[in-house]
Amino acid sequence: MISTEQQARSTVRTAVLDNGLRVLIQEVHTAPLASVWCWYKVGSKDESPGLTGISHWVEHMNFKGTTNIPRDQVKGIIERFGGTWNGYTWIDQTTYLETAARDALDQMLFIESERMNNCLYEPEECESERTVIISELQGGENDPDQLLDIEVTATAFRAHPYRHPTIGWLGDLQRITREELYEYYRRYYAPNNATLVIVGDVDPDAALCRVEHYFRAIPERHIPGRIATREPEQLGERRVTLVRQGTAAYLKVAFHAPAVTDADFFPMLALDAILTGAKGMNLWSSFRGAPPQRKSRLYRALVERGLASAVSGTLLPTEHPFLYVVSATAREGVAYGEVEGALVGELERARRDGIATDELDRAKRQLKARLVFETDSVTNIAHQLGFFETIAAADIYTSLAGRIAAVTVDAVTAAARRYLPPQNRTVGWFQPVPPGSTGEPAVEAGGPSGPVS
Amino acid sequence: MTTLTTRGLAPVREVLPNGAVVIVKETATRPAVTLSAAFQAGSAYDPDQHLGLAHFVSRVIDRGTTVRSADDIADQLDNRGVTLSLGLTRHVLTLSCTCLAEDFQPVLDLVVDIARNASFPEEEIAKRRGEIITGIRQDEDNPAIRATEALMQMLYPDAHPYGRKPKGSVEHVESIQRADLLSFHRDRFTPSSLSLAIVGDVETERATSEAVRALADWPATPTPRLVPPSVPRPSTRRRLVIQMMNKVQADIAYGFTTITRLDPKYYTYWLMNNVLGQYALGGRLGDSIRERQGMAYYVFSSFDANLAEGPLVIRAGVNPSNVDRAIASIDEEIDRMATQGITARELRDSKQYLIGSLPRMLETNTGIATFLQTAEHFGLGLDHDLRLPDLLGSVTLDEVNSAARAVLAREHAAVVVAGPYAD
Repeated sequence: MISTEQQARSTVRTAVLDNGLRVLIQEVHTAPLASVWCWYKVGSKDESPGLTGISHWVEHMNFKGTTNIPRDQVKGIIERFGGTWNGYTWIDQTTYLETAARDALDQMLFIESERMNNCLYEPEECESERTVIISELQGGENDPDQLLDIEVTATAFRAHPYRHPTIGWLGDLQRITREELYEYYRRYYAPNNATLVIVGDVDPDAALCRVEHYFRAIPERHIPGRIATREPEQLGERRVTLVRQGTAAYLKVAFHAPAVTDADFFPMLALDAILTGAKGMNLWSSFRGAPPQRKSRLYRALVERGLASAVSGTLLPTEHPFLYVVSATAREGVAYGEVEGALVGELERARRDGIATDELDRAKRQLKARLVFETDSVTNIAHQLGFFETIAAADIYTSLAGRIAAVTVDAVTAAARRYLPPQNRTVGWFQPVPPGSTGEPAVEAGGPSGPVS
Repeated sequence: MTTLTTRGLAPVREVLPNGAVVIVKETATRPAVTLSAAFQAGSAYDPDQHLGLAHFVSRVIDRGTTVRSADDIADQLDNRGVTLSLGLTRHVLTLSCTCLAEDFQPVLDLVVDIARNASFPEEEIAKRRGEIITGIRQDEDNPAIRATEALMQMLYPDAHPYGRKPKGSVEHVESIQRADLLSFHRDRFTPSSLSLAIVGDVETERATSEAVRALADWPATPTPRLVPPSVPRPSTRRRLVIQMMNKVQADIAYGFTTITRLDPKYYTYWLMNNVLGQYALGGRLGDSIRERQGMAYYVFSSFDANLAEGPLVIRAGVNPSNVDRAIASIDEEIDRMATQGITARELRDSKQYLIGSLPRMLETNTGIATFLQTAEHFGLGLDHDLRLPDLLGSVTLDEVNSAARAVLAREHAAVVVAGPYAD
């Protein structure tokens, strides 16, 4: 019997064009659709001080017309085929997608080839987009949870550029120039820094010919060296407390975590499933709903005990070591110290006593089910192929089932011991004061705020 | 998939003697099945003194039945990697989940047990009450939610079921007792109130017979459906500012009431809305407010016709210094569409887009289940997916433009601003 994994691996057609463009094509004939994603190895970790947010701003500029697609004709090309298009930027990657009727394959490839080499960066468009992006940043700041996430990440990292938010710091967004945007675009948008993924109702040979047709003339470029900083080991607990107007309290506890290629990554993923329920690994689709988590340790310790109204964990596949973050929304009227004590206490218990076989079995069943659920469309499959190829290698995606199955109780316990110690921890609080007030945090029910040993 | 374009979804629909509707569509895209059990038990059914009751029910219904404890249910779900989602709209409360094909039968049995036999244990009520109250507090600090809820209140005054807050207030939630939850459940969770959709990798016959087996002995109970009162078209412009000085950005909600879902003009309004605030990056509104003026990251309009006249809502998030300019720009686009209409090219583009979107909409099991439940809710027929292209395709430019004249009038708009802004 052929496993799903073998099928996945065998059906991905891979090629590298002479200019270095990597191409991944997978046939999926369940609907008359095709999804095209073009991935670039550039994200906010490639940004120097003063240029934070530039990767994401460049992404926005790359929807605003090219030499051969006039600005007023950008919209409509994909819509005429019932298609959707989008893009996103994160710490390691920038990506663009179209999903439409299979007949639109040429249009999708044409758009991506233009985007790679011929974007315009009209000065007035750069200016107009500056305020759109600042509006995106400020919309995020309206959400206390996002605000706290940015503060915790910036506190957890000292040296590595993962410390600044992908949206950028406001001061940089107010200052970055058109020339800097264009220079950054020219530096990283090259075929040898990209992966093109096609998934859908296509013939791989024919599709590859079309890729050749649209991309072969784009010249290879020298990609300059990357920022090479390695984050130093954290030597003690760090803490950030935001006391601001609001109506609910939010807690985040972050730990430096393994990169996707680290042997500890999948044991940590299982540990997260045991602590907060398995989310899956599709950044595009898996995080839009709640995970199965009612039996998870932190749900039982916090939500079922009435300390928090919600708890979640986030461990995402990244190129360099990033963060494992556990978040909780404190229930109204519960002392902050009690929430933090219960959360940290559970993490300490996992570190001290390890995990049980039945817990790991359940985590694996959850992760296995998520692998099926998160690849239910050509768009989601194409995302996963490109995502993993960009941060490490597509082979990781096609071997996920095996990597999850291979996780042992000992490996999870060892990962908990390695990553959850107090000195690797950053604790962040958003503690609300009533809207309209300006003073010190109100004395909370049940006792004073602050850390709990 | 030629079957999709020639024969359509062609789901199998069966009405049981007790009134329960079962709709099955077999697919083989992934070894998974999506279950969706929709009951006529939305927030519109909340009694006036207990606003938020349907929402409260949705938070406790899956925490224990007469035969399973909350912990048993948690085991059943978590061991299979299943998340049970409870969705609430004005008319419908839906239990939905996706499971592996191999788990279909036990998960179906679990969902039916929850729907039929929920026991609402006191200790679960206490826990979920606290979560709901925290959720309401979070909403109170969210300008987007504040603006939208206030707009709905303005559009649907006088305690109209569409104008009330689905979660109710903290006071309402504190007053709801176990007896209220049990009585809502008894009245609204009945076979004739249920439409169960099963979509995925399970043979049609097996899915149907399993569903019949699970539901057939559920006694029939008459369950009257609510027909919300018609909404008078306002004769003046109304405006409300909700000051939230702790926020950085202001949210604008700007809207009208429109038509019902069963109005023959529905497809006309759908196309009009697509041109106004959907097509590509937010239609005409996106072109003006985001693309040309750089004022907002998000600006769009949504049209949500229902059993009563639904709202057409324009939303934008802008810097407080741009609130007046953004509202003026919305007014301009409303005026322009009402007085000059849309162009033949815009109509053609939006038709091509919406008709062409169908295969994407129906690509996944969850997409199909949602589509089938909508068609069932409004009685659109099992062949709605096949008829939809013609329904959209036959809309004329005159029809869209006369709809725009009828509904888009700045002097009748309701406008809400929530954020760090003062008049």
